[in-house]
Amino acid sequence: MITPRDIRNLLLAAAALGLAALLPFYDSGYILSIATTMAMFTVLATSWALFSGPTHYISLATAAFFGLGTFVTGLGFQTLPMWLLPLIAAGIGAVLAALVGMVTLRLSGVYFVIFTLGLAELVRQVVTWVQNRTGQRGMYVLTSITERDIYWQLIGLAALVFLVGWLIGRSRLGFALRIIGNDETVAKHSGIDTAMAKIVLFMISGAVAAVVGALLAPRYIYIEPSTAFAPILSFQVVIMALLGGTGRLWGPLAGVIPFTILWEFISRHAPNQTLLLLGVAFLLIVYVLPGGFVGLYDRLRRRFGAGGQ
Amino acid sequence: MSFILITGLLLGGTYALIAMGLNLQYGVARIMNLANGEMLVAGGFAAFWVYTAGQVSPIAALVVVAPLAFAVNWLIYRLMLQPLVKRAKSRGALEVDSILATFGLSFVLVGIMTWMFGGGYFNYSYLAQRVDILGASYGQNRVVAFSIASLMALALWLWLSYTRAGLRMRAVAVNPNSARLVGIDVPAVSALAFGLGGAVTASGGALISMFFTLDASVGVMFTMKALIIVIMGGVGDIRGTIVAALILGIAETFVARVIDPGLTLAAAYVLFLGVLLFRPQGLFGSKPT
Repeated sequence: MITPRDIRNLLLAAAALGLAALLPFYDSGYILSIATTMAMFTVLATSWALFSGPTHYISLATAAFFGLGTFVTGLGFQTLPMWLLPLIAAGIGAVLAALVGMVTLRLSGVYFVIFTLGLAELVRQVVTWVQNRTGQRGMYVLTSITERDIYWQLIGLAALVFLVGWLIGRSRLGFALRIIGNDETVAKHSGIDTAMAKIVLFMISGAVAAVVGALLAPRYIYIEPSTAFAPILSFQVVIMALLGGTGRLWGPLAGVIPFTILWEFISRHAPNQTLLLLGVAFLLIVYVLPGGFVGLYDRLRRRFGAGGQ
Repeated sequence: MSFILITGLLLGGTYALIAMGLNLQYGVARIMNLANGEMLVAGGFAAFWVYTAGQVSPIAALVVVAPLAFAVNWLIYRLMLQPLVKRAKSRGALEVDSILATFGLSFVLVGIMTWMFGGGYFNYSYLAQRVDILGASYGQNRVVAFSIASLMALALWLWLSYTRAGLRMRAVAVNPNSARLVGIDVPAVSALAFGLGGAVTASGGALISMFFTLDASVGVMFTMKALIIVIMGGVGDIRGTIVAALILGIAETFVARVIDPGLTLAAAYVLFLGVLLFRPQGLFGSKPT
């Protein structure tokens, strides 16, 4: 059932995305570069929250999917058509996510966190090993794709992710996931295939992260395992999503914008303190802002909204 | 072959000590401490600093490192983690909170250590002579580290098995709610276990720094290995932890020698995968009902 409120929200979202798409006409230098980073994290954090928001399973595998995506582009951009590469990346991402999910998501959340914690490093070791065996080193991705193109592709992908998230939220799958997040035992007893629901969602989130990697590869120009699989990316995504809050679809976006600006500022002026920032942000989320900005917004609205009525 | 076995055992002995520290923290205090590896690196840095600045042997440094790490970890539990335990509505909620909080802590610790010691690698040469066992030679520092780790692990096991305080700790590990019913001060025992676990891990770090090059950001690798060992051995199972640590030490050494030194984590993951698929309850654990 689509209500007038849904139509209003859809129109608002479309307008916001349209407005964001106009940015490259305004500036094609520093601001565009920051905006591209923001668009990248928006897609990553939103798709992360699709899975981890309702289930409370913290995935630290983003960097593994992302890195695989960049390698797909790096290896295939000379021989395969450009439009095919993100699709291949999505396929590989979904398969890896399905494998990881099948092994860990049947068990408790702790196993999943631990398994994903080392996943990027594991894939990096294997890729490096294969490269050493085949005598291959890092590779150059030299294309005619500009930052502006990448930005537009990311905005398009963001629109797709928001749409998918919206549809999942209204579907039986989304309902099932919310029950799993509230009480997994109850979910099992009401006949939900909990493992299956979790695996499907994790596959979506893994595929999206791989596509983002594939789209961004031309931006890096030079690709090697240690940068493509840098584990810090996974943590940045978790922080941004949780800082914004995973309770709503737009929540992660509310975390991405301030955190990207802050991160940019810190890495410019005190590059050695970025880890400290990451740590403080984690502690802040646990002790001061549980539920992120979305949680804060809801609490404020409840307090003042209730008083007004 | 015997060379790989012995080198692996020597490495595994130190892993066992580190994983016992994590197991105390997770098994008794119920905190999945992802800053465990940073405690290890801090212990290693302390030993390094004491050795290079004062020519004090890293083994003597343990006398300072262990109590200091105990105090720091005890305070961390009391100030940071106990509020989380109190507010948690379920075991799952506590797990998410403690994972995020200890991640925060680990990044803060890495940040502080990078700021204090820089981002470079740290190693020092202590007992670097060779010692012959079964016709092959091994680093004396590895053998000494293994012996001390074994002694500490043995002492810990005896303490847990045969003292009243150890019994209390095992009771909390089995079931905190029932432990409270028989008059055990669960928060105090948990804090003690968390502090003790930190002290054990930091001591392991001081021992490992004798033969292993550390840097400020290497902690997460040790956390990862310790977690795999704890899961493989079974949460709260000391015998399982020791066996799992030795298996991991041998598997890693085998992969590093025979296939590629860059694949040690892959070796750990293969073991992890096997455990998840076939024995998620741990090597010696019984199936949960």
